[in-house]
Amino acid sequence: MKAVNRGIGKLKKINFQIILGSLVIAVMSLAAVMAPIVATYDPLEVDLSADARLQAPSMKHFFGTDNLGRDVFSRMVYGARISLSVGFIAVAISLFIGLALGAISGYYGGWIDSVIMRIVEVMYCFPTFFLIMMVITFIGPSIVNVMVVIGFTSWPGLCRLVRAEFLTLRERDFVSSAKVQRVSDARIIFRHILPNAMSPVYVSATLSVGGAILVESALSFLGLGVQIPEPSWGNILTAGKSYIDYAWWLTLFPGLAILFTVLSFNLIGEGLRDMLDPKISRDRR
Amino acid sequence: MMLFRAGKTHPYPKNRIKLKKRVADGKVLKFVVKTVSFRGSSFVLKTVVLFFLVTCFPFTVNGENSGTKTHDAYVSSGLGDGRVLIPFLADDVTSSSICGLVYNGLTKVDKDLNVTGDLAERWEVSDDAREIIFYLKKDIRWHDGKPFTAKDVKFTYQAILDPSTACPYVSGYSDIIDVEEINENTVKFVYKEPYAPALLKLGMGIVPEHLFSREKDLRRSQYARKPIGTGPYRFVEWKSGEYMILEANEDHFVHPPYIRRYVYRIIPDQSVQFLELVSGGIDSMELNPYQFLYRSKTGEFNDRIEKYRYLSRSYTFVGYNLKDPILRDKRVRQALSYAINEEEIIDSVLLGQGETTTGPFMKDSPYYDHSARSYGYDAVKAAMLLREAGWSDMDGTGILSKDGVELRIVITTNQGSQVREDTATVIQGQWARLGIKTEIQVAAWSAFLNQFIDKRNFQAVILGWTVPPDPDIFAVWHSRSAGKGGLNFVSFSNESVDELIEKGRREFSGEVRTKIYREAHRLIAEEAPYTFLFTPYALPAVNRRIKGIDPAPAGIGYNFIDWHVNEQDVKYRF
Amino acid sequence: MKKYILKRLFMMVPMLFGISVIMFVIMHLAPGDPAGIRYGLNPEVSDTAREEFRSMYGLDKPVMVQYFMWLKRFVSLDFGRSLVDDRPVIEKVLAHLPATLLLQASSVLLIFFLAVPIGIISAVKKNSFFDRASTIFVFIGYAMPTFWLAILLVFVFSFKLGWLPVSGMRPWYVQYLGAWAQLKDLLAHLALPLAATAFGGLAALSRYSRSSMVEVMKENFIVTARAKGISEKRVILVHALGNALLPIVTILGLTLPVLISGSFIFETIFAWPGMGRLGYEAIMHYDYPVVMGVGVMATFLTLLGIFLSDMAYVLIDPRIRLEGRK
Repeated sequence: MKAVNRGIGKLKKINFQIILGSLVIAVMSLAAVMAPIVATYDPLEVDLSADARLQAPSMKHFFGTDNLGRDVFSRMVYGARISLSVGFIAVAISLFIGLALGAISGYYGGWIDSVIMRIVEVMYCFPTFFLIMMVITFIGPSIVNVMVVIGFTSWPGLCRLVRAEFLTLRERDFVSSAKVQRVSDARIIFRHILPNAMSPVYVSATLSVGGAILVESALSFLGLGVQIPEPSWGNILTAGKSYIDYAWWLTLFPGLAILFTVLSFNLIGEGLRDMLDPKISRDRR
Repeated sequence: MMLFRAGKTHPYPKNRIKLKKRVADGKVLKFVVKTVSFRGSSFVLKTVVLFFLVTCFPFTVNGENSGTKTHDAYVSSGLGDGRVLIPFLADDVTSSSICGLVYNGLTKVDKDLNVTGDLAERWEVSDDAREIIFYLKKDIRWHDGKPFTAKDVKFTYQAILDPSTACPYVSGYSDIIDVEEINENTVKFVYKEPYAPALLKLGMGIVPEHLFSREKDLRRSQYARKPIGTGPYRFVEWKSGEYMILEANEDHFVHPPYIRRYVYRIIPDQSVQFLELVSGGIDSMELNPYQFLYRSKTGEFNDRIEKYRYLSRSYTFVGYNLKDPILRDKRVRQALSYAINEEEIIDSVLLGQGETTTGPFMKDSPYYDHSARSYGYDAVKAAMLLREAGWSDMDGTGILSKDGVELRIVITTNQGSQVREDTATVIQGQWARLGIKTEIQVAAWSAFLNQFIDKRNFQAVILGWTVPPDPDIFAVWHSRSAGKGGLNFVSFSNESVDELIEKGRREFSGEVRTKIYREAHRLIAEEAPYTFLFTPYALPAVNRRIKGIDPAPAGIGYNFIDWHVNEQDVKYRF
Repeated sequence: MKKYILKRLFMMVPMLFGISVIMFVIMHLAPGDPAGIRYGLNPEVSDTAREEFRSMYGLDKPVMVQYFMWLKRFVSLDFGRSLVDDRPVIEKVLAHLPATLLLQASSVLLIFFLAVPIGIISAVKKNSFFDRASTIFVFIGYAMPTFWLAILLVFVFSFKLGWLPVSGMRPWYVQYLGAWAQLKDLLAHLALPLAATAFGGLAALSRYSRSSMVEVMKENFIVTARAKGISEKRVILVHALGNALLPIVTILGLTLPVLISGSFIFETIFAWPGMGRLGYEAIMHYDYPVVMGVGVMATFLTLLGIFLSDMAYVLIDPRIRLEGRK
């Protein structure tokens, strides 16, 4: 294990997994952000001449071309934007809801807690993917809808984590002393308790980003993900599988991209978990 | 006893799909020789072995190539499972095609899409064209052996017209006043008014009265899943979600089919379907243009699979909402049509596997008027028409505008069709060249229907129609069909066309009908409520061992009972 | 204790009820209806025919009325009939259930027998090459888009190598095969879907076993055992493993819902006639009775699974109190 001694707060050592994972994500994100520069062609530019279509990877087209003559590499770079943003935003949404509800639920307890926990249970018991499919079929597929729906179906997990942390932390001394000092509840929650509760949240959120990207690709397979002509890794892969025996590049590259990205997020997440604190309340579920 | 020589004809070892009969014979022979000659083995053992061999592995003689033998099996495939196997209740493609093999109708369509007799030998249309008398063929039996008579015909149409059956196709028969059994082999249909499409509509599968009349609710009866008909194939088995098996009817009234088993396998993913086709797990599928063209490069595909091509009975179009303020103007629609380069679309989206079309009829049918206005690509004319209609690029943005409003068109299409989505993309580019701002909107089918089509909430849609053999276009082009729930969702309303449609329905004479519909074609083309884009080719691929396939306007399945396999090519031996 | 069990079981009822309402409402919020899906743009079907279809199935009544009609039938265990082919929902479910059960049950077994040893060994040889390599390997399975994995498997093993069948659960000529051949054939058809399904689930369980084992290995009684001179092998296999297995077994209860819901993606690619496809097609066709039937069943099994897993946990670790636990 490469032990890089930092001594910053709880960061005891950054392990190999995190470094590897972060490196990959950094590269992807950079490519995504710098897409207009990195991409060699316009991802939406169609070239219908017979020899421009379904071309194998070459110096001109790094990842080949698709059935409408569009450059796959450029589409993948722009697709990185879309896939990564779906991942980040969906998780951001679920974080927002999950943190808020979990904090309130854990801090106040009582009937608020009961109500919120009931809701969490109901959502937990719902066959999740079923629900996502239903909702997207019904409200129509679009990148925003996908982000929102994924976000709205993943907050329960975070909520429970946060609540569990709050339940333990609210009994601690620093909280009671803050209360004595008449610090407002909101301040206590956000300034005092929350920062200490974040460890499991970091882990869970990181893992969830990968999960959200996978859900988007699964939705694309069903035709319910990001719609063409906007490129997302999921829809390039779905369109490409019809040509699998002829144009292998359409299936290989997006698949690898998703694989490496999600893998990196998972490595980071697991690395964080190993690193932060073995006492992290590992939710059995 | 049906014995199956599986050997190595198991589909998945794709390089070993050839008949293993001989190899198996060889292996078995070697085994026999070894056992029998092994001196130590007992006499009993040898006898047992020989006995088994004789009964289990009949060494069939390599028979001559006789086309009259019924053997082998044909495995077709599709994406969806069947639903209800009763012809007038079957509302999906799978159920309808299975019904087509199990049932017969009074009439059917021949290879050139002319109406010809199926269960009926001939028919007579009365002078006032309100009565049709069908003379049925004799000695036809149901799959359970009972004879087919006029009673069955009467029962079938009574069931169709009975409101409690809730037959979805009842509108095609609502003009029938009476169905009369004149004698065992003669039936008379009496219509309220002359209805020319009747001959085609009366091709609906006939069901057995002696069995079905006992059922209260046909949809829920056993026959919905275990059909009994007069057709060339009888039903054997249906494993939900997996496959359906039909077996050749040795007593079929035309002649027994030459392929013993018809199997329909459900394979929901098209790319997997293709892999199955090449490796031999299925014998046919519909190829898409890429598979059709690029596959011809690989030897292994060509060795095993034969590709066919015929004009499909459909056309794809851009439909313009005639109530839209921009599209109300005929010049704009015509300009848009001129701006679309259909050839380019066919070349790029269909890889050339399609033909242009200018109207609602099939190009190879007599009703198609080749002199109707064709909107080939003409950018100049398009620009001129738009200018005439008041659209110009006043502010130099490159986008045309009029009275401060941009020429912006939203093309809506349904999700799930790569062809339509790609077509929309290409058209977007073509219109952009003229300064038209185009957006594409893709909606899930149900939302598409409900929110856009039904509510007439669209500007332009890309859709397709299938074209039935009868030219009656009332449902799509008559002004009465423009109301709520009607299929004339572009709100096309033209008095002359209405009149023509009404006349065409009542006219039995082929010549007169031809003239009527050609005129309708010309008028519709002139008004440009649609831009008729193309008719794609149907590109079926079938395993080479199946012989007798003859592409015609009706497709390739019309003579399925004549398809056969030569003795030495038989794959599935029973 | 018994009271707690009864209370939990009792609580499932309002939960199921509430979820069924939500599902029903969501479905009906969707634009369109089954009549539109089936007959939408079919020139042969008139608008009146569509209306008739709607009234035949009670689709023209207000949503709440429809729900109560459904509920009334449901409590008498009549799941209604599919809107697509009029078959009783129960019949359709029972037709598709065995396929999914077969695939998922074998997958769970396979995962268990692979993941646990991987986890154990990783824990014992913490941070060794094996640990790192297996972590990455297992994560790959978890990080792959599932349908990508499935189609790659089919492409390589069926299409290119020809070792296994491309799709389906059994060949159409299955009844002609002898019993032994049928079994072999079933295994051949099962191989790829099983590989695809199991690979994905391997990660979770192996990580969990690893961490469970790591925790157990730190316990005092392990130190004691070693001090007593017991062989390392025995220490690991008997003392540590025994204790580490318990929490692992409890989470098996959570695999209960997966046993019946199946994965639509794998079932589509491998043409496996299971519940995943049934559910998906029902949603696509707006087949309300089937969606409700499958959805409620899946929910029930989820609830049951959570319950069983909680019970198992409590039984195993008496330190956990029933009440405070949430």
